[in-house]
Amino acid sequence: MILRRVLAWAVAAAFLIAFVVLVTNRIVVPMAPTGQEQVAGALTAFDLSFYLLAAMAFIGAFGVALSKNVLHSAIGLLVALLGAGALYVLLSADFVAVAQLLVYVGGVLVLVLFAVMLTARISDVNVSNVSFGVWGGLALFFATAPVLCFVAVKTPWQLLPHPDLAPTTEAIGNEFLGRFLLPFEVASLVLLATLVGAVVIARKETRPE
Amino acid sequence: MHVSLAHFLVVGALLFCFGLVTVATRRNGVGVLMGVELILNAANLNLVAFNHYVVGGVSGQVFALFVIVLAAAEAAVGLAIVLAIFQTFKSIDVRAADALRE
Repeated sequence: MILRRVLAWAVAAAFLIAFVVLVTNRIVVPMAPTGQEQVAGALTAFDLSFYLLAAMAFIGAFGVALSKNVLHSAIGLLVALLGAGALYVLLSADFVAVAQLLVYVGGVLVLVLFAVMLTARISDVNVSNVSFGVWGGLALFFATAPVLCFVAVKTPWQLLPHPDLAPTTEAIGNEFLGRFLLPFEVASLVLLATLVGAVVIARKETRPE
Repeated sequence: MHVSLAHFLVVGALLFCFGLVTVATRRNGVGVLMGVELILNAANLNLVAFNHYVVGGVSGQVFALFVIVLAAAEAAVGLAIVLAIFQTFKSIDVRAADALRE
């Protein structure tokens, strides 16, 4: 029995490793020099990864907006944030992507899950996420999304000729300690005030007798 | 068609719209906060995309980092408020917190 289970895990691990190696050899390595080689039809590796990650973010956001269960909404938020973070990598924003992973996925999402667990009894999680109405939400979506997409597609943006993929961490550090020093220090003050304020708001009121 | 600025802007617009729908339709306080996070993420995506395709340099990314910091602060305070609402009204339905109206 145990032997069979170990065997199953070994097979699963072998498949996972084979998958990672395959993806690395077929997609990541061809992408490394220029990103312009075509890997699937007319799509380059860059396009393919963009469409996959955009679909991931879209599905996650869809789940956040329309899922009935608030825990499923939180998982949808996780998927959407991971997809958006991976899109930052495609945009040559490696440091922002890692910050997104650490702060959002590691911090904010855990806070959200804590709030869900603390405020709702698990038995009525199912009914605690009812919406004002799916139809009103869909109407709002179809009123705003086409306008924004139209503007994004139709505006003649002045693009840079050759946007390059380059590491940015060093430049961001220099900017933070140079041009943006004052906002950087103010941000630390904001975080301190947030820490104190959150404790003051969320603690139980205890009155002396 | 090669992926360019417009593709990223469309993804940002869709994330923004889903966040807007979430904020507008949820009764659950935590759900409303999730919608706000989605909206801030869409704005971040646009900032980084414009920085990469239009401006160059890193100032857009620095701005996105400030947005991430403020979003974390907003989530902490917002969830503390949700907990306080839960302790006071025994519910996180945002319609229950109407004591100021009376």
